[in-house]
Amino acid sequence: MAMLSFPNIAYLIPLLPLLGFLVNGLLRNQLSHRAIALIGSGVMALAFGISLLVFYHVPAGAPTILTAFDFIRIGELQIPFAFQLDALSSLFLLIITGIGFLIHVYSSAYMHEESASHYGRYFAYLNLFVFSMLLLVMGANYVILFIGWEGVGLCSYLLIGYWFRNPAYSQAANKAFVMNRIGDLAFLIAIFWLIARTGSVSFTDLPMAIGTVGQSAKLSSLDITGITLLLFIGATGKSAQIPLYTWLPDAMAGPTPVSALIHAATMVTAGIYMIARSNLLYTAAPLVLSIIAIIGVATALLAATIALRQNDIKKVLAYSTVSQLGFMFLALGSGAYVAAVFHVMTHAFFKALLFLGSGSVIHAMSGEQDIRKMGGLKKSLPITYWTFLIGCVAIAGIFPFSGFFSKDAILLSAFLKSPIFYVIALFTALLTAFYMFRLFFLTFGGSFRGTEEQHHHLHESPAAMTIPLVVLAILSIVGGWVGIPEVLMHGGDRLVAFLSPVIPVSSGHEISHATEYMLMGLSTGLVLLSILFAWNKYKQYRAEESDNSFARLLENKWYVDELYQAAIVQPLHKLGGWIRSVFEPKVADGAIQGIGRSVRYLSQQFRLIQNGQTGNYALWMVIGIVVILSVQFFLRK
Amino acid sequence: MPINYYLFLSLALFSIGMVGVLTRRNAIIIFMCIELMLNAVNLLLVAFSKMHHLKNLATSATAGTDGQLFVFFIMVVAAAEVSVGLAIIVMMYRNIHSVDIQFLNRLKH
Amino acid sequence: MNVTPYIFWFLSVLALFSALMMVTSRNPVYSVLWLIGTFFAISGHYILLNAQFLAVVNIIVYAGAIMVLFLFVIMLMNLNRETEPQKNRWLKFIGALAGGCLLLVLVAALKDAELKSQQAMVGGGSIGLIKVLGKELFTRYVVPFEISSLLFLSAMIGAAVIGKKENSQTLNS
Repeated sequence: MAMLSFPNIAYLIPLLPLLGFLVNGLLRNQLSHRAIALIGSGVMALAFGISLLVFYHVPAGAPTILTAFDFIRIGELQIPFAFQLDALSSLFLLIITGIGFLIHVYSSAYMHEESASHYGRYFAYLNLFVFSMLLLVMGANYVILFIGWEGVGLCSYLLIGYWFRNPAYSQAANKAFVMNRIGDLAFLIAIFWLIARTGSVSFTDLPMAIGTVGQSAKLSSLDITGITLLLFIGATGKSAQIPLYTWLPDAMAGPTPVSALIHAATMVTAGIYMIARSNLLYTAAPLVLSIIAIIGVATALLAATIALRQNDIKKVLAYSTVSQLGFMFLALGSGAYVAAVFHVMTHAFFKALLFLGSGSVIHAMSGEQDIRKMGGLKKSLPITYWTFLIGCVAIAGIFPFSGFFSKDAILLSAFLKSPIFYVIALFTALLTAFYMFRLFFLTFGGSFRGTEEQHHHLHESPAAMTIPLVVLAILSIVGGWVGIPEVLMHGGDRLVAFLSPVIPVSSGHEISHATEYMLMGLSTGLVLLSILFAWNKYKQYRAEESDNSFARLLENKWYVDELYQAAIVQPLHKLGGWIRSVFEPKVADGAIQGIGRSVRYLSQQFRLIQNGQTGNYALWMVIGIVVILSVQFFLRK
Repeated sequence: MPINYYLFLSLALFSIGMVGVLTRRNAIIIFMCIELMLNAVNLLLVAFSKMHHLKNLATSATAGTDGQLFVFFIMVVAAAEVSVGLAIIVMMYRNIHSVDIQFLNRLKH
Repeated sequence: MNVTPYIFWFLSVLALFSALMMVTSRNPVYSVLWLIGTFFAISGHYILLNAQFLAVVNIIVYAGAIMVLFLFVIMLMNLNRETEPQKNRWLKFIGALAGGCLLLVLVAALKDAELKSQQAMVGGGSIGLIKVLGKELFTRYVVPFEISSLLFLSAMIGAAVIGKKENSQTLNS
């Protein structure tokens, strides 16, 4: 059974969700709800089990490369269809399959009211998404990664537009797709650039490309800057950073578990993963790192300010996701790749928890998403209440919840990069705590503000939904303990050690323990103050006056959508209109009609040659023979 | 004899036949011109068969018979063709009382 | 003294002259007679090349049977006068020009062919003899030979069907 042992068993990890996709997708009209849910969640459970196996077997040194077959072979260029198993990919495998499994289980209850064929379609998409995501993280080169990259983009489109009968949702799906395409184009160009310069896209060839192992570099510093910048643009599309972030809040049109899976826990972290994977390149491009840090911190701040005044429960969470992704990019830009991956992990736990919790709330409220019409849900939804509270505390970053450790690592790296980044990041962290607890108090605190009918229907969600919540809540608490800073516990930062084969440990920027304690204390204290302020302000609901212009600006998301609409979409529409009304009838039609008319005229003239005289035909034939022979004769000379 | 002589003689006969086809209006004459062209080709085939024979004299006693047999078959086919063709011309004459191909302009329709 | 070249040139001139006369004669009967002359000249060439079988067949089949058939048809239609309407002068000129061009191009194309040094065997060789050809014909070429008999049969039937008089024919154009 060589197939069923490490490392070959890893082939099964992506194959299982693919199998689930095929079965659920093709037989969705035949299978019952129960069978679909069982298949969809079952393959995820199996994949998670295998991922655990792989995680414990993964070698500490060089990565294990599994080559399935030759994918592309053109001359010198060889791109195998290969998987790479190392610390980074196995960690992501655990996150994806683990959280994916919980969300599948959750979905089986959440989506239960859909008809069987739509239910099957939903699970097929989810499985296909997980398959693509696994390809993305397991791929041993940029091309396989790109396949997964495109695959998650496609699934995101399909799932955002899952309720495709609603035109607004279809619009949101289109928006997500188009925004992603912009980034994908940059990614593709980066791949082509890399191929043109080094002739290889394998991650294991990256050290050779930048010449760290003694021999001369294949890439000049301009190449590295260009490639990394283009890769980063690709990442801004997928991971919702300025300027391509606007699709993510709209992506909340999809079912809530989808938001949890795709738009919080996994897909949007693809950009982080890709940059962490390319950390060797990025370390060699300090300029790009600074750009990433600036974009990251700006996105974090912008999204956090917008989240302050959103009233849709999912929109708040969406902007908080964008903001947290900004944090991760700040960490990447500061060169703290491990901190970014750490935050990906903890964020996956608590953001999935928050989204699923909000799904539970929406479920209980019969589809209502406006937090102004909620309130006082603590009594009816005890499990959701407690787990949501844990999620909020975790995202706010209070010791010893998971968010504290990862956010602290990021703040520390930002501090080392530049104190300005640190100040902005800290401020953003305060905003995060504020808007999260605003959301929390408005939803669960105070008294119920919905309709009587909704009040009557309030109920705690079924076990299939609450168990994932509880599991995620536990993870949100303990998930951060793998990366306890050195200063609190000697040898506590196991994540850095674990990831060291992939992400070299950088040293030389030691700061004193006193400073570190001070930074931690500062952030924790300010966050607690911020929560207190939120509690004070929102413990009792009152209609928010949005008379001041700054609040209106935030409520309208800084008018970024309108700006894009005016600066890009409208001119394109105008161009399209001009082409339709001027270019099309005059130039294009004219050319086509002209061709038709001239052909008709010429054929009318040529028709006269056909006079029916046999002798004439013979004559033309002879002339033809003469011409052909003479052409051949003279050309031969 | 040099094969070129036969080649050019055949070409000349062939071209004369072609000129006849192109310049005459009488269907029977045109038909005869076609026969002339066929014969020009026959002559060339025989000449080539003898050339082939001479070239391979040392190795094969029967090299070149194929060419002559081809000529034989061409004659066979020509005979069949003439019988049918003349029947068509007779029918045409019976119908339009002429063998002028200028009247055969139905291809136009 | 070798007379072969003289015979060759004589036969060639005869064939070309007869062919030209055949094309230019106004009277169809003369055309037939000149064509028979051409065929005789070609048969002479065959004899010169020691292709005796074909020479004989050519005379019997072509000069004999086929041309007699032509003659019959011409007589039958009463075309033995110079009644043929002439083509337009220009069309004639163009036709002659086209034919001339064809000759020119063919000669130009073949003049440099790899045949310069090749000779046709004249006056010798046994492959043109009935014995050799007959053996080939009834061994290797027996199937085509038999099929050609079918061709003849169908040509015969075809000629009979086409030539049959039909009352309902109204093909007046």
